[in-house]
Amino acid sequence: MVKTIFVKSEKGRKGYRFSNKPIAIPESIPEEYRRKGGVGLPEVSEPQVVRHFVALSTLNHHVDRDLYPLGSCTMKYNPKVNEDVAAMKGFSGLHPEQSCEDLQGALEVIHVLENKLSAITGMEAVSLQSAAGAQGELLGMFVARKHFDDRKESRTKVLVPDTAHGTNPASVYTAGFESRTIRSGDDGEVDIDALAEALDEKTAVLMLTVPNTLGIFESRIDRIIEITHKAGALCYLDGANLNAILGHARPGDMGFDMMHLNLHKTFSTPHGGGGPGSGPLCVKAALERYLPNPRVTFEDGNYRFSYDNTDAVGAIHSFYGNFAVYLRALVYIERLGAEGLRRVSAVANLNANYLAKALADTFPIPYGERCMHEFVASGESYKKHGIRTLDIAKRLLDFGFHAPTIYFPLVVSEALMIEPTETESKETLDRFIAVMKQIAREAVEQPELLREAPHECPVGRLDEITANRRPVLAEPYE
Amino acid sequence: MPYIYHSEDEIKQMLAFLGMRSEKELFERIPAQYLVKESLPIDEGKTESDTLRYFDGLSAKNEPASSYASFLGGGIYDHEIPSVVDHLAGRPEFYTAYTPYQPEVSQGTLQMIFEFQTLISRMVGLPVANASMYDGATALAEAALMAAKITGRNTILVPDSVNPRYREVLKTYCWGKSLKLVSFPFSETGQIEAEALNRSLDISVAAVVVQTPNYFGVLEKPWEVREMMESAGSLLISVVDPISLSLFRPPGDYGADIAAGEGQCLGSPPSCGGPLLGFIASKQDFIRNMPGRIVSRTKDVSGKDAYVLTLQTREQHIRREKATSNICTNQGMLALRATIHLSVIGEEGFQQKAAICYQKAHGLAEMISACPGYSIKFEGPFFREFVVECPVDAEHVAARMKESGILAGIPLGSYFGDWAKNCLLVALTEKRTDSELEAYCAFLKKG
Amino acid sequence: MDVDKMRFSKEHEWVAAEGSDKMATVGITEYAAGELGDIVYIELPEEGTEVKFMEPMGTIEAVKTVADLYAPISGAVKEVNKKLEDEPELTNQSPYGEGWFIKVEMSDPSELEKLMSHEEYQEMIGKE
Repeated sequence: MVKTIFVKSEKGRKGYRFSNKPIAIPESIPEEYRRKGGVGLPEVSEPQVVRHFVALSTLNHHVDRDLYPLGSCTMKYNPKVNEDVAAMKGFSGLHPEQSCEDLQGALEVIHVLENKLSAITGMEAVSLQSAAGAQGELLGMFVARKHFDDRKESRTKVLVPDTAHGTNPASVYTAGFESRTIRSGDDGEVDIDALAEALDEKTAVLMLTVPNTLGIFESRIDRIIEITHKAGALCYLDGANLNAILGHARPGDMGFDMMHLNLHKTFSTPHGGGGPGSGPLCVKAALERYLPNPRVTFEDGNYRFSYDNTDAVGAIHSFYGNFAVYLRALVYIERLGAEGLRRVSAVANLNANYLAKALADTFPIPYGERCMHEFVASGESYKKHGIRTLDIAKRLLDFGFHAPTIYFPLVVSEALMIEPTETESKETLDRFIAVMKQIAREAVEQPELLREAPHECPVGRLDEITANRRPVLAEPYE
Repeated sequence: MPYIYHSEDEIKQMLAFLGMRSEKELFERIPAQYLVKESLPIDEGKTESDTLRYFDGLSAKNEPASSYASFLGGGIYDHEIPSVVDHLAGRPEFYTAYTPYQPEVSQGTLQMIFEFQTLISRMVGLPVANASMYDGATALAEAALMAAKITGRNTILVPDSVNPRYREVLKTYCWGKSLKLVSFPFSETGQIEAEALNRSLDISVAAVVVQTPNYFGVLEKPWEVREMMESAGSLLISVVDPISLSLFRPPGDYGADIAAGEGQCLGSPPSCGGPLLGFIASKQDFIRNMPGRIVSRTKDVSGKDAYVLTLQTREQHIRREKATSNICTNQGMLALRATIHLSVIGEEGFQQKAAICYQKAHGLAEMISACPGYSIKFEGPFFREFVVECPVDAEHVAARMKESGILAGIPLGSYFGDWAKNCLLVALTEKRTDSELEAYCAFLKKG
Repeated sequence: MDVDKMRFSKEHEWVAAEGSDKMATVGITEYAAGELGDIVYIELPEEGTEVKFMEPMGTIEAVKTVADLYAPISGAVKEVNKKLEDEPELTNQSPYGEGWFIKVEMSDPSELEKLMSHEEYQEMIGKE
């Protein structure tokens, strides 16, 4: 294992210096304000830092290494040119408090991207302020609250299917609504009767992921939207799975009132080991007046930030959202163009269906092997050999693949949620299929190989129990 | 097609395997009326070199602060970033990885977060730090929600000297959870008006927010606030500039319950205000009320030290609507940058950086006080940022100085109204040279 | 403790009412502890608070699951098993002994009659 940088520290060793002259602690600092004692930062040299972080980096699986089939996470290739553009000094060096005059290029980026995202989603207006998908959801719920407040309607409930991402109910609650779970039907789709029964004069929003986390497109979508609207509620789309329909169908055309996008999924911005993301909120014209300030406007040949929207919900970010992240998404859109975006979903769906069909014998797919961009297989049949889905996932790591999303959605027992994305070539998919089949054989013939997996990774399975009972969150410091 | 490399033959083979005649069947579950007939109403794709040309053009329409002598701050600072930060953070092993849900193949990210948590914890002097938040504003908002939950109370007291953009976001989140946000004024020194705070403190108060240095750069005395709160049972939330923490008392030292702040200054470029790096830390007792991801050290089966996400039952993917927060991501890449940055500058570099900021700020403040008509607005002690009162509209001063290549500071009128119309918020970092400081004053002198 | 003298709720809590005073000890059943797996944290009501019959009184957590705890009896919490703060595993090891949760001064001992005997409880979990 790599020792922490704190353990490598040696008193008096110097890394980077801001001045060649010795700098004393200013004497004019009043005594009562002063920090007593050191901070405890490591004292290491620059080459030590380089080796430390290079050593750490080699312990990670990542998209540039191999397949990352995490369902609903859309782990596609992150084009290098995106990084080049984000690093341009003309963008990275911008201070957000500069005058609009100095930010014309950045404002144009925002304006152009908003328009493109409108065209892609069929929504009329976009706010790029939300810093991640979950914050996009939250902003959407804030917009819904403002909308009903303005109409003097007291609506307190948001309906969320049982297959939804956990952020949905959590965002609903953070916005001050209650969330109500709608059970899925036997076909994995929304149960229309259950929905109709739940919809009432207290329902504010129906929050739907399309296609859902089972990789199924709601075939009765028009009916769902119709009855929801009829009950006076809004339809919200969680755009986490947009990669399945990109360029082929637009949520706005289907009648959704709002949606968020995950630019770090569909639009290729890097996941960064967990962030930053970017989760723009796209809305229909009627809701535009609730989007937070500032908006970008274009008048007399100039762009400017406008804070004039008096009906807006409050700000949710210090400035204008994750600029350098959504900038990368625009680079991706510029590269692919209309036709390229359509190819993305076609090939993503082709790859997923190819895997689903090839694996269905070994890992049955309870909700059918025809899917959109992802599917959920079940490891249930290996339980009799004492093998859980977790064991299958851990064994996959030995072959240099990342594991699929497991135990989600909850409606499939021993779930393996697989999303290959358009990035993966047929060779990679074939390799993955062969490995999955081998693991299935091992599960029957040598189950201990799975139970003790991984064998080839930097560390073996971890003691998560102690980590939860007695967590150690920082290197101790005397 | 960029980034999609299937040959036509392969696509045919795959479709044949699926028993499909054409790709159209891949979308057959979508009702026909919703299928986009021809193509999206956007342009066709560009080659990589045309794309770069296009963005070079857009970038050239900007005049970045980095091309000026910039005295802009307000929470976002133009600091030196050692080259090593870009080189290491640019490794795809870090930036093309996902959230470390499979710890056996994510030890790099996990250990980095553990080191980040350690750094934040040591800087603020509180034992529990998480893996980071969206930005300083949302870190404060989440701290307030956390305090309301812990205390079961619903009022948040916040002085007018807290960053107005943070207050705005705090207001939005409080509106969501129906919490009452009560503001109180600052005094002539720019510090909290103790009397006003005292009047507002009652048993409905979940938390008092103190930002130090505050938005005006003035250092507060949160220990006095803490004393005042002794009997109230409210929590103290301290918002801090991490760069200040090598010189000034950290939140843990004066009994703050939660610390929050913005970490962009720790090795990330301003990037037009995003992505940023929120951080949050608390006392041990509140560990299960923390929002977001947390990493713990543990052992693997062979007894080796290893790292893993922990206390996940707090989070949305398990607890759903009862989660401590709806946040899912953290700002992984910026946390990585901060960790590399702080590692390479180390204890001495960190102190050096703060001392230089302090000296330059105090030097410039003194020089400005000597310029006829200009004065330092608040007499409270400050760190690296201060408010200058100009003889005329500060917008006007800033606009004129921009023409001579100086971004003079943030005019405060649009944030604070009439009293601040002539006020400029001026920030210093180690990057500002003596000659830039002289040029600044030379301009004020010639008027 | 003798399980035959305990009463059981359908939410898998047990109550042991000792002697003639109104004090009762509360915990969760061996079956429930086993189903949860390794318990990592137990959030219990504070001393001095009132708990109400079959209303939520806390939570119990394993690594990736959380379950609500329901008070099997109404009354004032007189004592909380502080040992569980550092060693929640006691509830796995000894659910009817060292892994108890709280001691309650019952406000309505007749509620005990609404609960199940050990035998009835065993029958219920057999069906689950």
